[in-house]
Amino acid sequence: MEQNQEQVANKKEHDEKLARLNDVIGEFKGQPGALIPVLHKAQQIYGYLPEEVQYHIAQGLGVPLADVYGVVTFYSHFTMIPRGEHNIAVCLGTACYVKGAGELMNKIGDELGIKVGEISKDRKFSLEAPRCIGACGMAPVLTINEEVYGRLNADQLGELLQKYKQ
Amino acid sequence: MADSTHILICRGTACLSSESQEIQNELQNQLKNRGIEEQVRVVHTGCFGFCARGPVMVVWPRGTLYCEVRVEDIGEIVERHILGGKVVERLLYRDPKTEINTEKIDDISFFHRQVRIALRNCGLINPDDINEYIARDGYKALGQVLTGHSPEEVVNIIKKSGLRGRGGGGFPTGLKWELTRKSPADLKYVICNADEGDPGAFMDRSILEGDPHSVLEAMAIAGYAIGAQQGFVYVRAEYALVVERLEAAVNQAKEKGFLGKNLFESGFNFDIDLRLGAGAFVCGEETALITSIEGNRGEPRLRPPFPAQKGLWGKPTLINNVETLANIPAIILNGAEWFTGFGTEKSRGTKVFALAGKIGNTGLIEVPMGISLREIIFDIGGGIPEGRQFKAAQTGGPSGGCIPAKLIDISIEYDTLLEAGSMMGSGGLIVMDDRDCMVDIAKFYLEFMCDESCGKCTPCRVGTKRLLEILERITEGRGREEDIGLLRELGHGIKATSLCGLGQSAPNPVLSTLRYFEDEYIAHVRDKVCPAGVCRKLSKVRIIPEECKKCGACAKVCPVGAIKGAPKELHEIDPEKCTKCGACVEKCPFKAITK
Repeated sequence: MEQNQEQVANKKEHDEKLARLNDVIGEFKGQPGALIPVLHKAQQIYGYLPEEVQYHIAQGLGVPLADVYGVVTFYSHFTMIPRGEHNIAVCLGTACYVKGAGELMNKIGDELGIKVGEISKDRKFSLEAPRCIGACGMAPVLTINEEVYGRLNADQLGELLQKYKQ
Repeated sequence: MADSTHILICRGTACLSSESQEIQNELQNQLKNRGIEEQVRVVHTGCFGFCARGPVMVVWPRGTLYCEVRVEDIGEIVERHILGGKVVERLLYRDPKTEINTEKIDDISFFHRQVRIALRNCGLINPDDINEYIARDGYKALGQVLTGHSPEEVVNIIKKSGLRGRGGGGFPTGLKWELTRKSPADLKYVICNADEGDPGAFMDRSILEGDPHSVLEAMAIAGYAIGAQQGFVYVRAEYALVVERLEAAVNQAKEKGFLGKNLFESGFNFDIDLRLGAGAFVCGEETALITSIEGNRGEPRLRPPFPAQKGLWGKPTLINNVETLANIPAIILNGAEWFTGFGTEKSRGTKVFALAGKIGNTGLIEVPMGISLREIIFDIGGGIPEGRQFKAAQTGGPSGGCIPAKLIDISIEYDTLLEAGSMMGSGGLIVMDDRDCMVDIAKFYLEFMCDESCGKCTPCRVGTKRLLEILERITEGRGREEDIGLLRELGHGIKATSLCGLGQSAPNPVLSTLRYFEDEYIAHVRDKVCPAGVCRKLSKVRIIPEECKKCGACAKVCPVGAIKGAPKELHEIDPEKCTKCGACVEKCPFKAITK
């Protein structure tokens, strides 16, 4: 019975997302250069761009699936891997790098047992390495979800991660 | 309390991340509770540039700058300063060297050496309110141009000003406008390149966050000059705040009639749309950027034809960088001659730099061309922290090169930087001290370029990978002496044969560090030593027996249990287990462990 309710809820969520995606495709269809704006919006809706979504976009815009896949894999902003509940992005821009961001990255990786581009088994954490988020004044910087943490050192990490582990 | 009290709070990205939004809310609450919210105006602005001391706020009319303000400090600022007319001493800027507090923003050495043209409104106006831009002569230049100048005249003013592209290459802006203007076509486009991908550079972001209308106005002026009716801003999707502020600015400009149809009743139409980049460094290259707006993988193509002849959808297209455009309205209003009064003969005007790395005042500055690197680093930047030695500065990001300490008096101009083996680039300036390994820095940039190579041409795709492999083995102690010659040969080959600017400049960090720091490369290759102690596999962690007080602190902190010896016994490091993390070096209170 409970499982049924869950299935119904999932189905409802799925339908809603699909309807939003169809609206986006409708809005851009026929415009030159439509593919990238549509992918941006699709990633906002789904959080990532799995194969099914790419296929749907290809069909909707009348673009070969190979082109869609080509664009998705070319740009680092687009991802085919879902993000964890908490997405950690350690800035590896130059300013952060010379201030020890590499060490931060290693420590976090060891602590969570994941590498860049991976998601932890419990889907709680994912790890990214963006190139310069433009907050060089506070280097080294990392973001967890939307929160920015600057002027960090490796000793502060344990406490910081602990906050998100609960 | 003066009626004209204004409090400006920085809400650039760096300050926002240290709670400037909460600070503003708290301030407004407290003013309201005391019933003085009418007399005191609180304005949020774009970046002041003083990111090192953020969050910052300035209280006018005195011009008092408060640094590193916390929410808890607001009560005191309101009581003591706003109501009491006295300064809150402890929040003033304190010069780390002289230990003297400075109250006024204009007296602080970080600010008073600067000349602000492109950043003229950043930190002064509320970027979300077009009226504040208009009050600072905003859209006046566009009006003047549309009602009083022919397109040729506009092109001539820009040519005379000597303005050169601020995105990296330094191509004369007026000439670019003229070439695009002279290409016959039914449709033309203006593109603002805001795909700031250079790690360590954040000037475009700050301009667009702090003063978006200056760029929109310049695009409309450019459109009139070259005969285009449509503009695009190509901006990084990662810059969420920029996108938000730009969207709002475009809408406001349309409402006011500064964008759209029949501007200033001149019959000229101009519209601007945003296009989001998706995280590809190569899209900063103009032909790749065009391909990306067209909806494809951002791969560059051969030039000629240049975008001025055949650009977006095959039409003549003018592409200018954000900072270049931000200069345009000021040049139109003040005249070309005024602009040529700043800078040097071949590099007119000013340049915005993002200071980062091992420097006291990280942040954003705008200085006249021809200033020396020494003035930037030591007078404005406040020197190197922790009493360390200045070693080199990297300009031009991954496409540029390093300037070593012996060239610290170099004049900052397009051509002098090129001669020194670096380049102006977009304006990232990363300062390195004696603890930075130049081979490691070169490897860092190469990793970046390898990642960002689009893969279209072989010299860049394969060549950068081979370069990186050589650097990896050098930093891991497997380098061979002939590797140094190989790096040079391969580097020059990649430069000569790559398709676009990315590949042609990718070997620069390697070649320039080789030029000035060959001895460091030799130390890595021949002696298997990293002089700066950065390259882990080359470092040997060692306990100096004479200095060791046998306290056991090192053994406790070692994460892999590589240090043997109970307290009161001489400790020893097991080289097999040691990962050279350096935790023991940091921990030892007697500095008895070296790396």
